[in-house]
Amino acid sequence: MSYTRKPAITGWFTGEGDGFRLLGTRCTACASVFFPREDVHCRNPHCAGGPLKEIPLSRKGRIWSYTDSRYRPPSPYVSDPELPWEPYALIAVELEAERIVVLGQAAPGVTVADLTVGMEVEVVPGVLHEDEDTGTTWTIWHWRPTGVAA
Amino acid sequence: MTKDVAVLGAGMHPWGKWGRGFVEYGTAAARAALMDAGLDWRDVRSVVGADTVRGGYPGHVAGATFAKALGWQGATVTSVYAACASGAQAVAAARAQILAGLADVVLVVGADAAPKGFFRPAGGDRPDDPDWLRFRLLGATNPAYFGLYARRRMAVHGDTLEDFALVKVKNAALGVLNPYARYRKRVTAEEVAASAVVADPLRLLDICATSDGGAALVLSSVDFAHRHGVARPVRIRAVSTVTPRFPNTVPDLPDIATDSAVAAAPPARTFRASIAGAAYEEAGIGPEDLSVAEVYDLSTALELQWYEDLGLCGEGEGAKLLREGATAPGGRIPVNTSGGLASFGEAVPAQAIAQVCELTWQLRGVAGDRQVAGARVGITANQGLFGHGSSVVAVR
Ligand SMILES: [Zn+2]
Repeated sequence: MSYTRKPAITGWFTGEGDGFRLLGTRCTACASVFFPREDVHCRNPHCAGGPLKEIPLSRKGRIWSYTDSRYRPPSPYVSDPELPWEPYALIAVELEAERIVVLGQAAPGVTVADLTVGMEVEVVPGVLHEDEDTGTTWTIWHWRPTGVAA
Repeated sequence: MTKDVAVLGAGMHPWGKWGRGFVEYGTAAARAALMDAGLDWRDVRSVVGADTVRGGYPGHVAGATFAKALGWQGATVTSVYAACASGAQAVAAARAQILAGLADVVLVVGADAAPKGFFRPAGGDRPDDPDWLRFRLLGATNPAYFGLYARRRMAVHGDTLEDFALVKVKNAALGVLNPYARYRKRVTAEEVAASAVVADPLRLLDICATSDGGAALVLSSVDFAHRHGVARPVRIRAVSTVTPRFPNTVPDLPDIATDSAVAAAPPARTFRASIAGAAYEEAGIGPEDLSVAEVYDLSTALELQWYEDLGLCGEGEGAKLLREGATAPGGRIPVNTSGGLASFGEAVPAQAIAQVCELTWQLRGVAGDRQVAGARVGITANQGLFGHGSSVVAVR
């Protein structure tokens, strides 16, 4: 069965391979960056507000902290209860240019033993889960230490 | 004009996993608080309930639910929801009514029967809800955030797993002494280390459980307390329910990212520090005045963070303060004399009220074997999902 790839959430990321980017918005009045995207009004209380423009976020950042999930998270996280639980790492990444910290799952195979605070990581496309019934591959962003091959 | 209100009564239902409805726990706590105050339910002119949320809305609008269970008597009713800060907002609402002269005596109640395992959001596809999104897109449970904070402390301040375990050892030893606590058994550092990792680096015994429980307070004007024959009541001197300031630069539950600091400098104090700061400023006191503190130890590592956010020590010195014994019984500033969430577990709408119950007993000098000698000033600190501050200063 061939699966159709669909983003698990609309408008938060775009592109494939090296062209993959998280998408945020930037206030054209004060330059504040928002991720997840803020499309209604700038949330900087010191700003009168201006149009919000979509921007790609930096591809690379440094680890602020990390952890993992040794127990199966409850719904609405989707996982197959028939399969044994495979822990995954979760990374909080500081993007220097945007001065923002963004959480994301680590790429498959990356464990907490591979990570340190301050380490450089890059954003890569990943799979959140596959839905057999609808033949859909739901895509998401992952963080992966730089210099590590997919 | 004094901003004090009197705590005439405090009551709890023992916490645990009792398998009964939250109304029963809240009503029992309310009756205990009324008895402690020496007042009849019919004397209460206003009731404030901290809401118990089921299915994404306050399934039982708490104020009226408790008023009905106690027997409809025509009191004014208020219900508040602020996640873990619900209890503090209920106290704030009651205090405002008393200080405005709208009510002399107000009953504050919070109770919950928590689900087993991880807390999780209500069902349905709701991508406009940040709490739903963090589970759906990342599987980020509450312990995942506690793990991030703990690992960050280890990297930045040099905290160790042994430091974290010591918090549990201290709080468990205090829980043994509290008849309302769910866990009343000493825990050793070895037992913490031997428990399963939940979210690296935190283990099962580093993280608080979910519980059933209830807590209630009877608050009144100081004049009413005097007329009622209580010459020196415990007084609530400050209630802080502040929101964060933009940009909030520490990843916070349930958010997927922080605010960006590109356009505005981060505030001088983090959100957690600003919660305590607002309470100190309103009360006109500082950390050096405290006799006792009840802080929100969702995880062992988070208790150390609160030491710093309350100004009990400098940034990065929380573990040192703990190791010196300053926050243990007999120390300079005992923390979580109740046993904390480590001994109680979470019963969300009740826990900020339960913290004030413990301060009340400590300041009255009736806390039994866990009494802090000569306690005069106490503070609670807590934080509600979605940016709710929660801190109460009580004095005697
Ligand atoms: Zn702006």
